[in-house]
Amino acid sequence: MTTLEVKHLVKDFRLQGGRGKKFRAVDDVSFTLEPGKTIALVGESGSGKSTIARMIAKLETPSSGEILLDGHVSATHGRKLAGYRHDVQMVFQDPFASLNPFHTIQHHLERPLRLHGRVKTQAEADAETERLLERVSLTPAAAYASRSPHELSGGQRQRVAIARALAPGARFLVADEPVSMLDVSIRLSVLNLLARLQREDNLGVLYITHDLATARHFSDEIIVLFKGKIVERGPSDDVIMNPQHEYTKLLLGAAPNPENHGRLRAEVLAEMAGGPQDAGRDRFGTRGM
Amino acid sequence: MNAPLAAERSTAAGRSVDGREAVLTARDVSIDYEVSPVVHAVRDVSLTLHRGEILGLAGESGCGKTTLAYGINQLLRPPAALRSGSIVFHDQDGTDVDLRSLEGDALRTFRWDKISMVFQGAMNSLNPVITIRAQLFDVFTTHRPGMSKKQKEERSQELLRKVGVDPNRLDSYAHQLSGGMRQRVMIAMALALNPQVMIMDEPTTALDVVVQRGILREIMRLREEFNFAVVFITHDLPLLLEISDRIAIMLQGEIVELDTAANIFEDAQHPYTRRLLSSFPSLTGDRGSFIRTGEEA
Amino acid sequence: MADDIREQQLAAQASGGALSPVEIIDETPVSLTDGPVVKVGALRRFGQLLRRSPKLTIGLVVIVAIVLFTVIVPFFTESPTALDNASLLRPGEDGHLLGTTQLGADVLSQLAHGGRSSLLIGLTAGLITLVLSVIFGVIGGYLGGWVDETLFLISSVMLVIPGLPLMIVISSYIPGRSIWLIAVILGVTSWAGSALVLRSQARSLRTRDYVAASRVAGERPTRIILVEIMPNLLPLFAGQFLFAVVAAILGEAGLSYLGLGPTGGVTWGTMLNEAQTGAALTRGAWWWFIPPGLLIAFLGGALSLVNFSIDEIINPKLRAGSIAAKNTRDAKKRKKKVDQ
Repeated sequence: MTTLEVKHLVKDFRLQGGRGKKFRAVDDVSFTLEPGKTIALVGESGSGKSTIARMIAKLETPSSGEILLDGHVSATHGRKLAGYRHDVQMVFQDPFASLNPFHTIQHHLERPLRLHGRVKTQAEADAETERLLERVSLTPAAAYASRSPHELSGGQRQRVAIARALAPGARFLVADEPVSMLDVSIRLSVLNLLARLQREDNLGVLYITHDLATARHFSDEIIVLFKGKIVERGPSDDVIMNPQHEYTKLLLGAAPNPENHGRLRAEVLAEMAGGPQDAGRDRFGTRGM
Repeated sequence: MNAPLAAERSTAAGRSVDGREAVLTARDVSIDYEVSPVVHAVRDVSLTLHRGEILGLAGESGCGKTTLAYGINQLLRPPAALRSGSIVFHDQDGTDVDLRSLEGDALRTFRWDKISMVFQGAMNSLNPVITIRAQLFDVFTTHRPGMSKKQKEERSQELLRKVGVDPNRLDSYAHQLSGGMRQRVMIAMALALNPQVMIMDEPTTALDVVVQRGILREIMRLREEFNFAVVFITHDLPLLLEISDRIAIMLQGEIVELDTAANIFEDAQHPYTRRLLSSFPSLTGDRGSFIRTGEEA
Repeated sequence: MADDIREQQLAAQASGGALSPVEIIDETPVSLTDGPVVKVGALRRFGQLLRRSPKLTIGLVVIVAIVLFTVIVPFFTESPTALDNASLLRPGEDGHLLGTTQLGADVLSQLAHGGRSSLLIGLTAGLITLVLSVIFGVIGGYLGGWVDETLFLISSVMLVIPGLPLMIVISSYIPGRSIWLIAVILGVTSWAGSALVLRSQARSLRTRDYVAASRVAGERPTRIILVEIMPNLLPLFAGQFLFAVVAAILGEAGLSYLGLGPTGGVTWGTMLNEAQTGAALTRGAWWWFIPPGLLIAFLGGALSLVNFSIDEIINPKLRAGSIAAKNTRDAKKRKKKVDQ
């Protein structure tokens, strides 16, 4: 079976200024990534979604819990880790920070190719780099390969980051807010690109975001996180159209929706006419929705 | 070149629309960045802001919306400079003030009193080494020298209450407040002198959606109470569609469409507006230009 | 690898909602298909750099002039230790352009030969400082954990030990000192400050996304340090190196002035030392001590100018500030012209 399974992941951080005080960023999270399917991890800041991404990318070690690739517990170092990295890759949120300003695009794509033995000679490396750039619609590829990151726009840099993630021949991709720092009109083209690549390579994708709308359209399953715990999960359309948990309803209600034009004003007017001003805070820490 | 915008369905500046009078009129404003080559950040922009209206200013990075806001408030720094155009403020006492003619003390008195601004990255705009109380007091000391300490204290507490922050937080420093609370404090400061216009530049962009909703609610409530006009600048078009009365879409320094929110949502005219609209997949409706199972990348 | 910085960030995020603002990156449309790709040659780029930065130009000109002086002039003068009994403590005259010392040695010759030694000591000590500070700073900074703790401890202790007294102590133990030994002493006693600067920069860089991306791609720590992190530290290296050279030249002058410099050799510092023991000041023999003092000052100043210009080149904000100021000046000039 080809899956990337996350089982009962927990991550604790030591807090500064307190002996042994711990902060639990991720609390017993489990899910399974399958080829050709996308799972969206939705949550606000502090929900633990980025920590989960980093644990899957082996940038952090879980305090407890397991990450299983194809049924086997994945390694944390050595040759087995290299094998894991061959199959599991990550696209970062900030397209500028994730590319080294000192090196060319060619360098960024060639390193993973060489590290995972996909190419042996320089000629092969050049050819494969161009092929990757063409796959992410950065053509003419030769022109892009010799550029430095600062010569590219945000959307172009993110395409390079995606190409780099695909270079080792990955089967599973963790996309950590891949479009939230891009200009609005570029976002969909990059998401469409990810969708196409997923179809072509039958990738299993973990799409991390705070944006429910793109989560719904881009993924098969949505998992809602709050303070490190999973509060709701299910098929995307179900979770969005028929939310069960209060927090999910809160998130959905808070998302800007043009269909609700005028509703906020009406609510505010009604509140001012009747009722007291100080609604108490609900258990999610907000001041009355 | 400068044919009147077919899409502007409101009438010319100075007159009222739907019985609302104008509070700010900008005509043919052009702002350049004097570098080489010269960058025309804002080109011949005209708009009218009505009393008590929420005008959304939408666009992507580099479209000039922030530059325009700074220009209106006479906050431009070299190499940015207001090349041409007029900006007139229609005070509620009946007088008209030409903003470009204000300088020095007159400008300082005017600013914050009549027009105030909530900046992008407000989290970094609060002074980290003095308390919130000190910062609010600063505003009063500068603009209302006659206020006594007791009056300042009362007003500060009232302001915090109005924006939904516990008045006890007056003793706190900026870093002790959460992001949402800091934003509310910034709004309180902008509100301190009862301005007639508030310009908000991406006030909720970096905040969680739930916190954002709380702040928007606060702004709505305050607008009903004090009837100030708001220029709300953001790239988040769905947000503007939900809360604005009218929206101006900016592209490369020009306003390409200016209309009521309803009209823009249902019947946008300019191709760029339509493209922008389709970039936001609807949460509960159809997919817009997002195709997951088709092609196109 | 220790994740302590990341932990702090996440803990801070959790306990106070300190959010980092999500900036939208400017989507300037970059069309790569119009026009040929013009790769500006390195030489041309250097020329552009010189034009842009007067500090760099002046600094480099002075440094090159002094170096040329120390390289060329010795071919035209006699040995710096040759004593001319006929002319003792005389100001500039035929045969002795800058005059003579009280023992009859030619000041110009001493200046040129001494310059060579001083420069060599400065360069060598600077290199030693750089290498040591990279080892103690960058490696510890990137790896973190107990390696970092140990290296940091050593660096901190070295930093606290006062440099000059340490140099004096070491120097006075060794009777016969060559210029290389002096260079080593200088280098080994002054790397700590630089190491701490590099360490904090390396610590900052290791949290960058591109370093994380390299790890995820499968790079090993050695390659990450050498290929991903160090190139981004090059401007810092250059700055620290130049700073170390200045410190070494001044340090050597100080040691030699105290009589603890290279034995038997001639440097600018030994010239000052001899001038002092020969009571040059009271005897009004300005041609003896002013030239070496001036050259030390000029060289130090020139190296610092180059350092500042490197700062401006790598820190775009500093550059933008001076460009903006220049643009405003130009705009004002143009406006004045139009108004006239």
